[in-house]
Amino acid sequence: MKVVRSLALSGFAGMSLVHGVQAQVVKLDGSSTVYPISEAVAEEFQKFKKGAIKVTVGISGTGGGFKKFCRGETDISNASRPILKKEMDDCAKAGIRYYELPIAFDALTVVVNPRNSIKQLTIADLKAMWEPTAQGKVVKWRQANPAFPDTPLKLFGPGADSGTFDYFTEAVNGKAKASRGDYTASEDDNVLVQGVQRDSGALAYFGFAYYVENKANLKALAIVDPKTGKAVEPSEQTVIDGTYQPLSRPIFIYVSEAGYKKPEVAEFVVYYLKQAALLAKEVKYIPLPPKAYELNAAHLEKRKLGTVFGGEAEVGIKIEDLMTREAKF
Amino acid sequence: MSSSSSSLQTARLRTEIKRRRRWDLVFIVIGIFALLLGLMTLATLFIDMLIDGWERLHPEFFTSFPSRRAAHAGILSAWVGSLAVMVVTGTVAIPLGVATGIWLEEYAPRHWVTNVIEININNLAGVPSIIFGLLALGLFVYSFNLGQSIRTAGLTLALLILPVMIVGTREAIRSIPQSIREGAYALGATRWQTVQHHILPYSLPGILTGVIIGMARAIGETAPIITIGALTFIAFLPPPPITDAPPFLSFEWLEAPFTVMPIQIFNWTSRPESAFQHNAAAAGLVLVAMTLIMNGLAILLRYRLRKNIKW
Repeated sequence: MKVVRSLALSGFAGMSLVHGVQAQVVKLDGSSTVYPISEAVAEEFQKFKKGAIKVTVGISGTGGGFKKFCRGETDISNASRPILKKEMDDCAKAGIRYYELPIAFDALTVVVNPRNSIKQLTIADLKAMWEPTAQGKVVKWRQANPAFPDTPLKLFGPGADSGTFDYFTEAVNGKAKASRGDYTASEDDNVLVQGVQRDSGALAYFGFAYYVENKANLKALAIVDPKTGKAVEPSEQTVIDGTYQPLSRPIFIYVSEAGYKKPEVAEFVVYYLKQAALLAKEVKYIPLPPKAYELNAAHLEKRKLGTVFGGEAEVGIKIEDLMTREAKF
Repeated sequence: MSSSSSSLQTARLRTEIKRRRRWDLVFIVIGIFALLLGLMTLATLFIDMLIDGWERLHPEFFTSFPSRRAAHAGILSAWVGSLAVMVVTGTVAIPLGVATGIWLEEYAPRHWVTNVIEININNLAGVPSIIFGLLALGLFVYSFNLGQSIRTAGLTLALLILPVMIVGTREAIRSIPQSIREGAYALGATRWQTVQHHILPYSLPGILTGVIIGMARAIGETAPIITIGALTFIAFLPPPPITDAPPFLSFEWLEAPFTVMPIQIFNWTSRPESAFQHNAAAAGLVLVAMTLIMNGLAILLRYRLRKNIKW
């Protein structure tokens, strides 16, 4: 009997890191765009705490994440866009209040095949390709803009559950979720990368990190800022100086008030804000200036709940604008 | 005149036979081609995975948690999660499935209620797995409040493979000659004695095959597990089932959050860094190996048990 037990014990020894005491768990879910940063922070935090606090990170899209968050199932929601009116109402109904913490910037990047001679696009060009009425009609580059070649246009983009889709459609077509439907949609950005790699007439949009990792096989297009008329390529520099517009976007974590009252969640969030700049850079996002993280910490301290965006889908927010807004909040 | 007509007939017969032989040959070629197509696709995929993932199959790959650095990332939480979920699935689905199969074959009276049950079971076996995921999300997660835990996942997959197990059990029982039952009853055995001493032992090889094939299907399922909300990043393990303090057994692990192999693979394939594709391939190899081992076990058991059966 003793032998059996000791055998079983040694067999399951590998299954336990923390013995006896039930460890505390911090639950995160939401956007796949924010996931790499949250994952990096979670990994470092658990190493730092030597497993005394456990952190789980799920991916269910910005919208899916808010659904769980507003039911009180998660402590922190990852979001690649600000919370929308409907989600605010859901949270309010369930009595969930939250802190909104911007943690980094991303440059939504429009890419084409390297063999494509086009170097820049205007928002009007993009709209001609992606607006709902283009469905079935705009099938060649020339149809979007007469200056373009007469080659077939193959479009690739994220699916309708993604915050990236919401942001792009808002910025380009003027209305979130308004898009033609006859393009190759995938939640897996690698599918989009491969699609553009294989087809010389292809065009896709996704987060900056995917472009950076696949630079050799893709060409990022400069986007003409409708306000200044200048074509700007996406890069860390152009996002920080605010010239890559309107496709730069802030990304967020939302921390529930009830969650933040738990010491393990509070400790994780403080750690998150301290490490965000470093880790965001490591996973190819553009960190905010140090002042932004200080503002976040101050908001937490002063218990400033809610959003600075009022539930509106907004585009063209520069880091500076965000900072002024946060400072006034 | 008669001889010429008979030779004409043989000639006609010969051409007819030739024609049929030709068709035979055509069919053989089509058959071999179909077989090769399937096998080659599998082989290509497997070899491709092997080339991509081979280098990552170090022992540390099995003992490390996922990480944002591909070279340090491993599948510890994924394989432990898969194993734990399988334990729950097996404990629920095997007794339920086998018992249902036995009841339907040996006990159930033949009338419209059993017919309806039968039709439903056969239909359920063909329902897409995502539907089971949605059902489980509504039932287990929200109605029963079981949370997004190992227990929920195990129960969901148990539901999913239950029809497979019932159908497998029934097929196995049906293959037993009626004379065995009649012999047992003639000797005065009760119905349960007949089942216990004859039906179950003789159909065991078939039942086990059904059970293991069902389990092998469950281990590779992704859709229902994603629906109920398995997590993507987990760098810890469920609490151990055996503790160092009395009563030495703990069922806390049932309520633990988890991830499983297919989800880990899915997550790695969607990463931008190409190094993660190698991890995904390696994890894919491990998953294929797990299924192959289970299927191999089914074949071995069937072979062993069949040898012991002497009518």
